[in-house]
Amino acid sequence: MKKQEELANFKKNKMSTRRVVTNTLVHIILGLLSVVWVFPIFWVIMTSFRAEKGSYSTTFFPKSMTISNYVTLFTDTDVFNFPKWFGNTFFIAVFSCILATFYLVSIAFVMSRLRFKARKPFLNIALILGMFPGFMSMVAVYYLIKGIGLTEGPLKLLALILLYSGGAGILQFYVAKGFFDTIPKAIDEAAFIDGATKWQVFTRITLPLSKPIIVYTVLQSFMAPWIDFIMAKVIIGADSKYYTVSIGLWNMLTRENIYNWYTRFAAGAVIVSIPIAILFVFMQRFYTDGMTGAVKG
Amino acid sequence: MAKKEAVNGANQQEISVKNALVYGDAVTKCSAVILGAGNLARKQIIKGLLFLALEVAFFVFMILKGAAFLGDLITLGTNTGEEVFNEAKQIYEYTQGDNSMLCLLYGIITIFIILAFVVLWCASLKSAYMVQMYQEQGKKIPSFVDDIRALFDQNIQKTLLALPVACVVLFTILPLVFMISMAFTNYDRNHQPPGKLFDWVGLQNFIELFNSKSGLGYAFVHILGWTLVWAVFATVLNFVFGMILAMVINRRDTKAKGFWRFIFILSIAIPQFVSLLVMRTMLQPEGAVNVMLKQLGLIDQGLPFWTNATWARITVIVVNLWIGIPYTMLQTTGILQNIPGELYESAKIDGAGPATIFVKITMPYMMFVMTPYLITSFVGNINNFNVIYLLTEGAPKAMAYNNGTGGKTDLLVTWLYRLTIDLKDYNLGAVIGILTFVLCAVFSLIAYRKTGSYNNEEEFQ
Repeated sequence: MKKQEELANFKKNKMSTRRVVTNTLVHIILGLLSVVWVFPIFWVIMTSFRAEKGSYSTTFFPKSMTISNYVTLFTDTDVFNFPKWFGNTFFIAVFSCILATFYLVSIAFVMSRLRFKARKPFLNIALILGMFPGFMSMVAVYYLIKGIGLTEGPLKLLALILLYSGGAGILQFYVAKGFFDTIPKAIDEAAFIDGATKWQVFTRITLPLSKPIIVYTVLQSFMAPWIDFIMAKVIIGADSKYYTVSIGLWNMLTRENIYNWYTRFAAGAVIVSIPIAILFVFMQRFYTDGMTGAVKG
Repeated sequence: MAKKEAVNGANQQEISVKNALVYGDAVTKCSAVILGAGNLARKQIIKGLLFLALEVAFFVFMILKGAAFLGDLITLGTNTGEEVFNEAKQIYEYTQGDNSMLCLLYGIITIFIILAFVVLWCASLKSAYMVQMYQEQGKKIPSFVDDIRALFDQNIQKTLLALPVACVVLFTILPLVFMISMAFTNYDRNHQPPGKLFDWVGLQNFIELFNSKSGLGYAFVHILGWTLVWAVFATVLNFVFGMILAMVINRRDTKAKGFWRFIFILSIAIPQFVSLLVMRTMLQPEGAVNVMLKQLGLIDQGLPFWTNATWARITVIVVNLWIGIPYTMLQTTGILQNIPGELYESAKIDGAGPATIFVKITMPYMMFVMTPYLITSFVGNINNFNVIYLLTEGAPKAMAYNNGTGGKTDLLVTWLYRLTIDLKDYNLGAVIGILTFVLCAVFSLIAYRKTGSYNNEEEFQ
């Protein structure tokens, strides 16, 4: 009897030692990986405070620290007008995210909750269109926009709003549709029995239940103009007054500018990344919620 | 016999263009010529007038402009601009020649307008037949107000889809058709309008690209190969490592789960053009990484991250892991947490070990949910412009690739970008775009058809 107990104890101890070892190992590996993941971010921040110019540095910690990179980014606006770019991008982001959210939620609702003849063909067409490389059509879009007359001056910003909200991104409604699919149909049916119209079901039942996916969509479409630079580059061209931050910052890294502007590029990158990162982390809950459905099992 | 008649009767009830033309009365059939006639005759005045107005607008457009545009679409312009001596002013004047590019664009827009008219024509006939049926069955004919109300109830899909569909047609389909048609022209750097005309050349561009003896064909085959290798590695490695990371963090015994997740999510939160451009400078021959390795005494010479073809290829895949793993982790975390706990408990009671649980429960569940995600990310990686363009711009260049227009890390899409934006070979760009599409389409259609979430989308409702 006693022997058996001892054996059990021994086994237990062995198990727990093994568990401690695995646990320590797991945490060490996670720690190492975190260093790899955080290092580039840390590097940008260090560079943005570096006093000496140039893109190459022989030391990890700058020899002398300064905040002048941030200050000159906002004051020295003759060549690169960062505050203006920031304003442009913010303007585009706000309006395109309103439009895009409306479009996406509408399509997703229709495709998920309603059944009508053109539905399957529409889904298949969307699927097929989504497979064309995005900027295969970008040059054509440019000529089209030019044809409508939206490439003159500030209208370029309007063109970008229309393209970010109504362009290829519109075909990415599958995520939102998948979310709506998880809302039980019985809820809708109960509402119909009570005499609700489909519009009422959409606005009073589906939308309130869909907060995670709406926030996700808003976030996604708000961030797109900050992140994209190909579309902006094609539409805006060389007119630096209407640059968005991404093209502006990218231009700081061309061969002739990189020496003088690299540290200020880092400062600009930090300024752009902070709000985006905060938004992202703050709303990450909605992101995962949006991925996993409205009604939890 | 009776059965057949019943079937016929039921068919006749169906509102379709064919039925309208076969079973419609005189007024309904008249709607085929004068749009909205059926509606007007049966007191749907506003609707009828709308149809009619659109028809008039269409014919006015076609007579004034459309016909000429269609003609230009066939010839793509005949008149090269030239200098003409003006006797009266005694100077050379430059006459405005045809612009092939605009001929093509306007021609395609005209075709779209004609298609829109066909849709309108069908809608008018159906609508006329519908009111006829309403009248025959003694039902109340819906007024304009009723129609508007229906747009928020039975027909709500039309209201909600109108704007998005218009955007898709205008900003996606129309430009795509425009680009696709360029693949069949000789619109390259030697035929740039205005000033020079380009013309239809049929399949010549495709033949040139598939001719493996030409520099172009050589470049195409090799870039295609690398694109596939890249897409497979980028997708599979990201998925596997991302899932492992998610499971490691999700383990019951892992402390500070939120903190670890935060660290990894931070890298997604940074805009890609920032993180990728920083990576690019860090991995330069004299960049931060090489400098640090040298200081640690591990290497004597800088590692050729971007200058050696094999190194560059491995580096982009590794850097892409940095971008992609947190994404997969984020997505799989939610799904892992969503797997019903009872499944695990009953498996444990039945004596299943961790490996069995993973193989029998976690994997199947993940695959069910993640297959569409895997396919989209595979297609996304074939089209992964950002990572390649921001990191290497396709470099190192290879002279054998069509005289150095392509590089060793170029994907089809970055090559396409360089050919169109930098070199103005629109025809080649369009051909490559079409082939990329075919590639993506083949993979995703086959796979999509087989996944549960496509076939049984009603399963969870």
